[in-house]
Amino acid sequence: MIEIENVSKVYDGTRVVDDVTMTVPDGALAVIVGTSGSGKTTLLRMINRLVELSSGRILIDGRDTSTIPAHKLRRQIGYAIQGHGLFPHRTVGQNIATVPNLLHWDAAKVSARVDELLDLFQLDPAEFRDRYPGQLSGGQQQRVGVARALAASPKLLLMDEPFGALDPIIRARAQEDLRQIQRRLGTTIVLVTHDMNEAINLGDRIAVMDQAKLLQYDTPQEIVTRPATAFVGELLGSGERPFRLLSMQPVRAFIEPGAANGPALGEGASLHDALEEALWTGRDAVPVEDGTGKVLGRVTLATAIRQAARPQ
Amino acid sequence: MTDISAPSPSRPLIDRLGTIIFALAAAGIVSPFVLFRANRIVAGENKSLLEVLPGWPGYLVLGVLAAGALLALVRFDARLRLAISFAALALLAIGLGWAVQSVTPADDTISRTAPALGFWLQMLAFGLLAADSVVRLGLKPLWRVALLVAVGLAIAAILLSGIWSDLSVLREYANRADVFWREAATHIALALGSLVAAAVVGLPLGIGIHPTNRVRAVVTGLLSAVQTIPSIALFGLLIAPLAWLAAAVPAAAAIGIAGIGAAPALLALFLYSLMPVVSNTLAGLDAVPPAANEAARGMGMTDAERLLQVQLPLAFPSILAAIRIVLVQNIGLATVAALIGGGGFGVFVFQGVGQTAMDLVLLGAVPTVALAFASAVILDAVVELVSVKGRT
Repeated sequence: MIEIENVSKVYDGTRVVDDVTMTVPDGALAVIVGTSGSGKTTLLRMINRLVELSSGRILIDGRDTSTIPAHKLRRQIGYAIQGHGLFPHRTVGQNIATVPNLLHWDAAKVSARVDELLDLFQLDPAEFRDRYPGQLSGGQQQRVGVARALAASPKLLLMDEPFGALDPIIRARAQEDLRQIQRRLGTTIVLVTHDMNEAINLGDRIAVMDQAKLLQYDTPQEIVTRPATAFVGELLGSGERPFRLLSMQPVRAFIEPGAANGPALGEGASLHDALEEALWTGRDAVPVEDGTGKVLGRVTLATAIRQAARPQ
Repeated sequence: MTDISAPSPSRPLIDRLGTIIFALAAAGIVSPFVLFRANRIVAGENKSLLEVLPGWPGYLVLGVLAAGALLALVRFDARLRLAISFAALALLAIGLGWAVQSVTPADDTISRTAPALGFWLQMLAFGLLAADSVVRLGLKPLWRVALLVAVGLAIAAILLSGIWSDLSVLREYANRADVFWREAATHIALALGSLVAAAVVGLPLGIGIHPTNRVRAVVTGLLSAVQTIPSIALFGLLIAPLAWLAAAVPAAAAIGIAGIGAAPALLALFLYSLMPVVSNTLAGLDAVPPAANEAARGMGMTDAERLLQVQLPLAFPSILAAIRIVLVQNIGLATVAALIGGGGFGVFVFQGVGQTAMDLVLLGAVPTVALAFASAVILDAVVELVSVKGRT
């Protein structure tokens, strides 16, 4: 658990982070979203003390971070940044092994861990371990960057615009991968982005920052349906609101018995997908199937439209 | 994509650089090959190749060299061109030996026969052809070093065979063989010693001033000011303070510090070397990707770990490039050290200039050039080897 208590940062008399308090529970994925200059990256960098606090304190699992030497603190916290920051002179394997080596793990354990992580990120160890970062595609570099951040099995992972340099298709896949890996490993993640879509897709909780202040810290549903200030609403984009709401609701929860024609949706799809599919193909209902192709029932256009309305 | 080096119907078969090589070689063939003097002082007498090598040997050498020059005109495989250039260079070397032997009277030790314009022009022409072929072949670094070693061995074999022993430069050498090797050792010690000192001081200095812009500006400004002082002036400037130091501090005098001699020479070379080392260290550190630096800090590297594991390895090719610049520069500059009694190959150059004895000048100049050339080839290869890794 991360407890951020009344944290401020002042540079030359300017407050870049102003009295922020928020708590990230264990295993949660918290997204800090805001425009550039909002103080979101500074707040993230204060968690692993790349930026020192001007006032306030940050506790990780009850321990005040200022009581731990900065470099030791950082070795316990994963850190992934925009543009991956891989070391160009080291192979993929050596890059991933960075923190384990700093912690003086023995060589056999390090090499087993490297292969395990490459597998986890769907990069064949035999093929990729000895390549240099310059020989990888942007998407592969980004995955290696996240694998490196997770190498020493940190309980907490900080990510600063980790998908910012990726094109939209690869970005969507990287987001999905991150979600799955986080569920599997149970890592607590704090992620910074300027992209509200990304925040809603990924976040269990979203912190909206503007001009050094934390405006709202809540679940995506609450942020969408009850924005705390006009600025939060603006960031959401008013025309998108019903669709954002739908994209947060899985079809799984709205399956009703009965048949429907045409191609089926997977059970992992959202109501947003169902609405899109129904409108585009002119159907009143769309069948839903599980991973094996067995039809579970259907979801109707009427349900999707009903669920798009603001909850009262 | 078409191979631009291959001949095509629309392009002439004539190689552009080849025409220059041909012109140089042709001018060389019609110019005098050797300069014969009955003794070291009298005016010389130019002789053509056919004059000194009458009959078939002369025609053979001339014929082969002319054929080589003609072939250089035509565009074809670089490996073959390299072989032709080496064959021509070897023949020139052996032909020079024959020519000198044939004009030197038996049992004579006072006559001097030196290569003349014709020889030098052809050396230049075929040397150019060899260098151009090596570039076009795009040889891997280790192959270039191997080629250098092979050429070095060939030159050593020619020297040891005695075929050149009547050549004027080698007669000058024979008269002062001991001195030659002593000055060679001094020359290398001056060049390498100042380089090591510059690396030992410049590297930490560069690392130290890198983070602070203001200190950086001051230090690099000072060092580039030193760089603008002409070498002779710098040697001269150092005489007074070092002489004073030697006089005032007996311990300084005891370890060899004096106003003239090796100490000011070493100091001057060191000062010249500092600028390239410091500025390339800074450039190398500047070129480290900011994201790599940020990631290194974020993952918990201490400043020392970050320096050793990330910054220095990434700056290393740039630092090595500085070492190359400094070594080649110092091998040349060390020649001037002789002016203030520092020793080195410059001793022969300045003696030769004083006595208007060109052969003596060559005895100093040729090894200096060879040393600088060999260092450049070897260090270029090393720079390329360390840079290629991981940057494809």
